[in-house]
Amino acid sequence: MTDATQSPRSVKTLLGARRGRGKMHWTDVFTYCYLGFGLFLMFAPVVWLVLSSFKTPAGLQEFPPTFLPLGQISVEVDGYDEPLLLFDVTMEDGSVQQLAQVRRIGIMAQMVDPADPGERLQIPIASREPVREMRMAWENYRDPLERFNFMRYLWNSVIVTFAATMVTLLINSMAAYGLSIYEFRGRNAIMLFVIGTLMIPITVILVPVYLVVTNLGMINSLWAVILPGAATPTGVFLLRQYMLTIPRDLIEAARMDKASEWQIYWRVVMPLAMPAVAVLAIFSIMWRWNEFLWPLIVLNRSEVYTLQVGLNAFQGELDVQWHYILAMTVVTLIPVVIVFAFLQRFITTGIASSGMK
Amino acid sequence: MTEIHLKNVRKSYGDVEVIHGIDLQVHSGEFCVFVGPSGCGKSTLLRIIAGLEDITSGDIEIDGTVVNHTGAADRGLAMVFQSYALYPHMTVYKNMAFGLENSKMPKAEIDDRVRKAAELLQITDYLNRRPKALSGGQRQRVAIGRAIVRDPKAFLFDEPLSNLDAELRVTMRKELSALHANIGGTMIYVTHDQVEAMTLADKIVVLQKGVVEQVGPPLDLYNKPCNAFVAGFIGSPRMNMFQGVAVRDENGLALNVGGALLAIPDVPALADGDKVTLGVRPEHISVHADHSGELSASVSVTEQLGGETYLYCDAPGLPQITVHQGGQLPFQRGQALSLSFDRTRMHVFDADGKAVANGLST
Repeated sequence: MTDATQSPRSVKTLLGARRGRGKMHWTDVFTYCYLGFGLFLMFAPVVWLVLSSFKTPAGLQEFPPTFLPLGQISVEVDGYDEPLLLFDVTMEDGSVQQLAQVRRIGIMAQMVDPADPGERLQIPIASREPVREMRMAWENYRDPLERFNFMRYLWNSVIVTFAATMVTLLINSMAAYGLSIYEFRGRNAIMLFVIGTLMIPITVILVPVYLVVTNLGMINSLWAVILPGAATPTGVFLLRQYMLTIPRDLIEAARMDKASEWQIYWRVVMPLAMPAVAVLAIFSIMWRWNEFLWPLIVLNRSEVYTLQVGLNAFQGELDVQWHYILAMTVVTLIPVVIVFAFLQRFITTGIASSGMK
Repeated sequence: MTEIHLKNVRKSYGDVEVIHGIDLQVHSGEFCVFVGPSGCGKSTLLRIIAGLEDITSGDIEIDGTVVNHTGAADRGLAMVFQSYALYPHMTVYKNMAFGLENSKMPKAEIDDRVRKAAELLQITDYLNRRPKALSGGQRQRVAIGRAIVRDPKAFLFDEPLSNLDAELRVTMRKELSALHANIGGTMIYVTHDQVEAMTLADKIVVLQKGVVEQVGPPLDLYNKPCNAFVAGFIGSPRMNMFQGVAVRDENGLALNVGGALLAIPDVPALADGDKVTLGVRPEHISVHADHSGELSASVSVTEQLGGETYLYCDAPGLPQITVHQGGQLPFQRGQALSLSFDRTRMHVFDADGKAVANGLST
């Protein structure tokens, strides 16, 4: 559906685009500053999150915070069983020497020169500086995925997101088809009613829906998360408005072509509504993937936890395991980013009337 | 071969009646054209026949069976839409095969039919293209092809040529005519262009405001319009119409149009003082450079097309008169001339617009 006649501009020309010929016009400067600011606003937290997710708990507590995940270098020294931490020490004569710390007593540290382990030095802790290197704390990722059954949560989230999105797309598009293709008395009233439900906050219906779900025996099953939110007024509205733009002639042509209602829906209207369906799919995936409150309420056993509920488990009353939370947050981000990257091209492409004059 | 019979068909949207009781018989193998100005109900009538609109009262019969409550899919008709209505997400082949797939036809036969139709319409090369990659004329062919493959009882065309440019329209018009001669099905064709109607039709149905004004072969409508509306609608450029009064005295019958008195052969239906409309087609007026004609006029605009000439003349008390003559006429703008009217091709309508005489015998 993409327009093949217009060759896409390369990234280089796009980045170098400017209004002035050859030199920078003041609007170019302004535009780039503005865009840079926007980029910073949106991406800095993400970059910060990703970098922080590789920090050790100690690295996260550090003040002032470091930008990159750093770890102190430790060295093997003869005569000591454990590796010793390495420091840059400013000696009394002003020279800087690398020493390993044996132990720390109050404001003094006992240190040895790794090259000459026999001699112990007493150094005030103010005059030493840890020697650090970039170090990725992969265990932030490994531990939750292995020890805390995070793969299970991930899998649950995938199931919920996929199934719920499929159900949402199917029933919302069917409702939208009915409300856009058929003409009947009260059509607009029904649409208004559907949109009106947007005004009811989820907290109001939380208890009634919980009761329904409980009575249906769906508590602690993934269906309890998949089904209640499947019909979304936003989705119906979005698809219906798009389907209204599909030329009526096409529907009538299909009728003349002996297509059944299902065939008209499935083979004519749905392919033409693809851009809107893709948008709804992206929305639905993001909603379901990030959904927290409802799964928290209906999923009480850890084997049915979704990612977001699982993440919550790292947040105890007294102790928050930030390193795990950050790492798993990155994990939860990845699928949404991938989905968006794949589906976003549908958003802008395809006008239903391209086959029409 | 299919007969379509409409019996007192009416259609209302709410309280507004748009089709006021139409009786019409379309014979088997006939090329029937519905023509009329915008909003006359011709497209609505076609959609009623197609089954896309319900009727309020009356009967529609296809081959003797009443189909009032039969859906569009089951009437066995095929329609070509003004917008072509090709499915943009399907290839040309798929577009043509769609209707056949829906009727569960074996794949081999679908393929056979699609290829035959494509050959007939010379679109074999485009079968794997999407409609977007086709020109207007090619899309038009695909739309027709989609109708042909179904081997329908009758073809319905809803202004199929109106989106094409003038040259292509003429070409496609000829092809449609040839197609009808070739496959010979019953065809109903809606247009607002009376040239298309004249060139294509076996039978023209002139509609106005939801009422059939006249039905007949093209030349009948041209020669013997039953009222002033049909006379004005059929024929290009339009027939000249002059309001006048009949004058009957000892010299016989004459028409007073804009102060000029035109003596005409006797028409018994006209009494002295009757208000009449005189109709003369542009090609039935002869031009004289001197004052030997019946009506003095001056040339307002001339259009020299080489092979033919159009003169637009002003005469006192009359609307602008269009004159059409073959060849090249040496008239300048502003030049005085006189016109005379061919009595045998003259039309007289009464105060209600009904034809009193079509051609006056001398």
